[in-house]
Amino acid sequence: MRAIKHMGRLAACAVTAAALTVAAAPAPASAAEAVSHPDYEFSFDGIFGTFDQAALQRGFQVYEQVCAACHGIRLVAFRNLADLGYDEDEIKAIAARYQVEDGPNDQGEMFMREGIPADRFPSPYRNEQEARMMNGGAYPPDLSLMAKKRKGGADYIKALMVGYTEPPADVELTPGMYWNEYFPGHQIAMPQILYPDSVSYADGTPATIEQMSRDVATFLMWTAEPMLEDRKQMGIKVILFLLVFTGLMYAVKRKVWADLH
Amino acid sequence: MALQTNSRVIRWIDHRLPIFTFMNHELNEYPTPRNLSYMWNFGSLAGIALVIMIVTGILLAMQYTAHVDHAFDSVERIMRDVNYGWLLRYAHMNGASFFFIVVYIHILRGLYYGSYKAPREILWMIGVVILLLMMATAFMGYVLPWGQMSFWGATVITNLFSAIPLVGPDIVVWLWGGFSVDNPTLNRFFALHYLLPFVIVAMVFLHLWALHRFGSNNPLGIDAKGPQDKIPFHPYYTVKDLYGLGVFLILFAAFVFFAPNYMGHPDNYIEADPLVTPAHIVPEWYFLPFYAILRAITFDIGIPFTGIVLIDAKLGGVIAMFGSIAVLFVLPWLDGSPVRSGRFRPLFKQFFALFVVTCLVLGYMGAMPAEQPYVTISQIGTAYYFAYFLVILPLLSVLERPKPLPASISEPVLRGGGTVAGATAKPMEKP
Repeated sequence: MRAIKHMGRLAACAVTAAALTVAAAPAPASAAEAVSHPDYEFSFDGIFGTFDQAALQRGFQVYEQVCAACHGIRLVAFRNLADLGYDEDEIKAIAARYQVEDGPNDQGEMFMREGIPADRFPSPYRNEQEARMMNGGAYPPDLSLMAKKRKGGADYIKALMVGYTEPPADVELTPGMYWNEYFPGHQIAMPQILYPDSVSYADGTPATIEQMSRDVATFLMWTAEPMLEDRKQMGIKVILFLLVFTGLMYAVKRKVWADLH
Repeated sequence: MALQTNSRVIRWIDHRLPIFTFMNHELNEYPTPRNLSYMWNFGSLAGIALVIMIVTGILLAMQYTAHVDHAFDSVERIMRDVNYGWLLRYAHMNGASFFFIVVYIHILRGLYYGSYKAPREILWMIGVVILLLMMATAFMGYVLPWGQMSFWGATVITNLFSAIPLVGPDIVVWLWGGFSVDNPTLNRFFALHYLLPFVIVAMVFLHLWALHRFGSNNPLGIDAKGPQDKIPFHPYYTVKDLYGLGVFLILFAAFVFFAPNYMGHPDNYIEADPLVTPAHIVPEWYFLPFYAILRAITFDIGIPFTGIVLIDAKLGGVIAMFGSIAVLFVLPWLDGSPVRSGRFRPLFKQFFALFVVTCLVLGYMGAMPAEQPYVTISQIGTAYYFAYFLVILPLLSVLERPKPLPASISEPVLRGGGTVAGATAKPMEKP
C-alpha cells in the first residue's frame, strides 16, 4: 500500500503548464510547490478505520470556538451531527445557537431566525468580498471539503496547525503573512490560531496544540467524508462476498474445463 | 438452426422473431477457439464496465444539476444526502478508470496477437471508434462535477481546437457556446456525456457483429482447422469470464470502498473558479500518454532556412495527439506480416515490448512538469510511438522471418496431454 501511495504522489505530481498554452514554453517557476508533511496516525486510517466520536466532538468544539470565526462548513447540516454522537435535543440546542437567514416572509422581507437541525451551518461571511474585506484581502476557504481538496488531507490539516514557526533568517515575510512549515510556499495569510488551552474541552482532555490539531483534523475528515465508516464497512462485506464468489467461479471453471485438458 | 425448446411460447415468438435462436447462436453455442488465454477476458470485462458506467450514470443523472451555480453542490448532495449516492458516484468515478484499464489491456492484447489483421480489420477499426468515443465521454464527464480540474481541463482541451488554422478560434467559441467555458458549455457537455455512451453501445454491437463473423482470434493467431479446434462459448467461456469478472470486481471494489479518491485529483474538490488557475493542470491518468505526446511537440515545423512556419508547435502537438489515435485506424495496412501472433515473431516481440514500455513512460511524462529532462524523454517516446507503427511494423513485415506456425490449434494444446480423441474433448461435434 505504501508503494502504491508513493506512486500516486509521483503521478499526482502535477504538471506545470500555463493553462492556455499547450506548446510548452519555459515552465513558470511555481511558488506553490507542495511541501511534504508528516504521516500521522488517525483512527480512520486503514480499511477497518472508524471515526473516534470523542475526537469528533472535541474537533467540533475547536471548529466552533476557533475556526468558525473565519471559516464556514457550508455543506454540513446540523442534523449530520448525529454522527458525532449527539442526540436530537442536543442537535436542536446546537442549531439554535446559530442565526440563519430565511424568507421572504409575507411582507417580502428576508429575516433571521434560530437554526433548526435541517439547516446547514451558516458561513461567517455573506460572500467572498466581505470575507476578503474583513481579512486584509485574504479569503478564508470553506472547510467542508478541506480534507479532500488538499493533498495529504487530514495529515496536511494537522501539520498546518502545528507548522507555524519563525521564518528562516534569509526570508523576509510579505506584510500580513506568516511562516508555516507545511503550507505550499510557506507564506500563509492565516496567523497561528491554536495555542495551548485555546479551547476548554468539555470532556476535560488537556487542550494542547497537538491534541486540538489532531481533533480538528479528525472533525474535518468527517465533514469532508461523512460516509467514510459506511463505505469501509460495506467494502469489507463486498470484498468478502467477492472472494467467495470468485473462488467458487474458479472452482466451477476448473471443473467445466477439466474435460478439455 | 432454430432453437430446440419445449416451451410453446418461446417457439411461437421465435418463429416470428428469431431472437432466441439468435441469442442461442451468438451466446451459447457460438464456436470459440479452445486455446484463448486470460488475455481474452478483457473484452467481456469492457462490456461489463460499460454497463456499470451506464447504470450508475443514469442514477447519478437523476440527482445531478447541470448548472454552473449548482453542479458542484449537487454532486456533494449526492455524496451526503442521496441514499447510497456516495457509492454510485465513487463507482462511476473509479469505473471510468477501470474501464480504461480494461480497454487498454484489450487493445494491447489485440496489438500483440495481431487481432487487427485480415479478416478482422473492420472489427479493429470499430474498436478504435469506441476508444475515441470513450475518451470524449470521459473528458466531458470529468467536467460535470465543476471542480477546478473540471473547469481548467475543459478550458485547456477545448482551446486545442484554436490551433486549427483560420477557423480555430471560431470553432472554440462554437464549442463553448460563448466566450469562455461557462454554463452553456456545461449544459452541452452533460447532454453529450449522456448521449455518447449509447452511441458506444451501438458501436459495441457492431464490434460484436464483426467479431462473430469470423470468431475470436487466439494466442496462436492461426485459423481453426475444424470443429476440434473450437468449443462452445457456453459453458466454457461464460464461466471463465465470470471468474475473470470476480477478480476484476475485487480490484474495483478495493478502490471504490478503500481508496475512492486515489486516482482523482484533490483540486477537483475545489469548486470551479474562472479567476484562479490551478498551479498544475493535469488530465485524468488515462489521458496522460496522449497529453505527453501533445506537449512533446515544442518546436515549429517549417521550411528549413527560410523561417517560414508551416505548422506551429501548438498545432503540431494537436496533430500528434490526434494522430496517435488516427494511426491505429490504418494499422491493419501498416503491418503486412502474414503471421498474426507475436509468439511467432521474434523481432516484433521485442519492438512490441519496447512499445508497451514507451506507453508507460509517456504516461509518466504526462504527469511531469513541462521541463527538462521530461520534454526530451517525451519527444523520444513520441518518436518511438509513431515509428513503431509507421516504420518498424512495415519494415518487419518484409524483414522478419517468423517462426514456423503450428499445424492447428488443438495440436499444441493437446501436445503432451495424452490422447487427442475422446468425445468430451470435441464438444463442437456434439449434435
